[in-house]
Amino acid sequence: MRRRRSLGHDLLGLLVAAVIGFPVYWMVLTAFRPATEILRVPPEFWPGRPTFDNFARALRTETFWANVRSSTLIGLGTVVLSLAVGALAAFALARFRFVGRKAFVVVVLIVQTVPLTALIIPLYLLLNDVGMTDSLLGVVLTYLVFTLPFTVWMLRGFIAGVPIELEEAAMIDGCSRFGAFRRVVLPLLAPGIVATSVFALVQAWNEYVLVYVLLSSPQKQTVSIWLVSFQTSFGTDYGGLMAGATLTALPVVVFFLAVHRKIASGLTAGAVKG
Amino acid sequence: MSADGSGRRPTRRRPRLLPYLLIAPTALALLLVLGYPLVDMVVLAFQDMTREQLFSGAAPPWAGLEQFRRVLGDGFFWTVVARTVVFTAVCVALTVLCGLFTARLMHRASPWVRATIAGMLVTVWAMPVMVAASVFRWLFDADYGVVNWLLSRLPGVDLARHNWFTDPWQGFAVIVAVVVWGSLPFAAITLRAALAQVPPELEESAVLDGARPFQVLRHVVLPTIRPVLVMVTTLSAIWDFGVFNQIWLMRGGQPEREYYLLGVYSFIESFAVNRYSAGAAIALVTVVLLLAGSVVHLRQMFRTGEVE
Repeated sequence: MRRRRSLGHDLLGLLVAAVIGFPVYWMVLTAFRPATEILRVPPEFWPGRPTFDNFARALRTETFWANVRSSTLIGLGTVVLSLAVGALAAFALARFRFVGRKAFVVVVLIVQTVPLTALIIPLYLLLNDVGMTDSLLGVVLTYLVFTLPFTVWMLRGFIAGVPIELEEAAMIDGCSRFGAFRRVVLPLLAPGIVATSVFALVQAWNEYVLVYVLLSSPQKQTVSIWLVSFQTSFGTDYGGLMAGATLTALPVVVFFLAVHRKIASGLTAGAVKG
Repeated sequence: MSADGSGRRPTRRRPRLLPYLLIAPTALALLLVLGYPLVDMVVLAFQDMTREQLFSGAAPPWAGLEQFRRVLGDGFFWTVVARTVVFTAVCVALTVLCGLFTARLMHRASPWVRATIAGMLVTVWAMPVMVAASVFRWLFDADYGVVNWLLSRLPGVDLARHNWFTDPWQGFAVIVAVVVWGSLPFAAITLRAALAQVPPELEESAVLDGARPFQVLRHVVLPTIRPVLVMVTTLSAIWDFGVFNQIWLMRGGQPEREYYLLGVYSFIESFAVNRYSAGAAIALVTVVLLLAGSVVHLRQMFRTGEVE
């Protein structure tokens, strides 16, 4: 359908894009700016002489690389664990009808609405009881609270999108049910699995409150804590802060841009069909 | 959409046990990291746990309804509840309206403009909350913030050295801005997908019949995208109700009482004042309030047949 498009809509659209993107632009611009230019009134809206000073200062902070390592370990651990556990349940939901299926779905959906802040206290006490505070494994386990439900939900949608006839054909040709899953469904599912993993990774990378409460040794803390500590320890060193913010956001944005289409369709699967 | 009646399937051997084996790990994990803590939270709310029991490991004494009596009897708690509700309503309304506006605009604009907006939206979507909050803190900085400078260009406005956080109303305006900015991408992208499903003939015939733009939106577009609109609204409400990070960061880890929302209040009662039971009681009330929202969400999910 070609609807009438006016110049007005395009101009308005560009204005909206500019407003939405401005904070990101301003972050990157400040990150590359020498300190003298950052604190200038009136502000300069175009890049002048870019410098890497701010990044150098951010990277030199004592715990940066330790925190990146810790964030990466937690992120990967969370993804691997929630995929290994969640994929099985997703397969069951997409391919079987069984007593209690509906109840299970309701639980998975309700769980996603429980705010994390409400669970911090009991989660902290639970890990405290088993001596797993200040442990990366403990954090990974608590992250299952929010990654597992949507992993199950998104993968369920992706599996349901693979025609069951393909699987049945493979089984008629002599595959076991597991073999059919591994040889037929899994390859078709790969993009969905990647998207789900990235989404889980991003959630884990961005989470703040739980790690703030659970991890006490500076070496084990994650980049989100590192970024927040930046604001207190450096006062208003906005150059360093924006460089840190850029570094924190960069991997996430790159991953996200690669798979966002799948994520959007996975999160809303079904709702659009209505 | 998927299997119907497993008896028809080639494998007839263990169809009854297999699904349960498959969901067992997930059920177990959820029970452990979610079920147990939720029960513990409820129990905790009826006890009186302080730092002492945390370190000694002794069982905290029972307090019955004491925590609730204290929390619910405190006028400040109700102030926070009202503030949280209003905050959520404002954030959700702005998110949905801006999302709808952006989605409509993307629907109408040329492909390259649409791609530009989509690129911006996805970038913003990926921004970690803590990064977003840091950036907005810088944008709204009293001395060198670009927002103060820009607004001062308007005739009759002088915001030089204006501190947005002195007045909680203005402070919350900034916090709302971060929250809406962060949740706009999900709303806009989802609504845009829904708008693409509206049959163009429907809109065109409405226009031919003399409907004004607003009437087309109200009577043709909105009814078609209703399920998605309800989903975006309820999900935003659920997320915004639990807002914590943005406030925590923008107030430098020490929010003033004027900046408490339920999530912040519960956290501070627990971890700053070490009254874990009072914190748990507040959290419990929060969850109960949220369940109302979840019901709407679930009903919509079931109605669209997604769950079946």
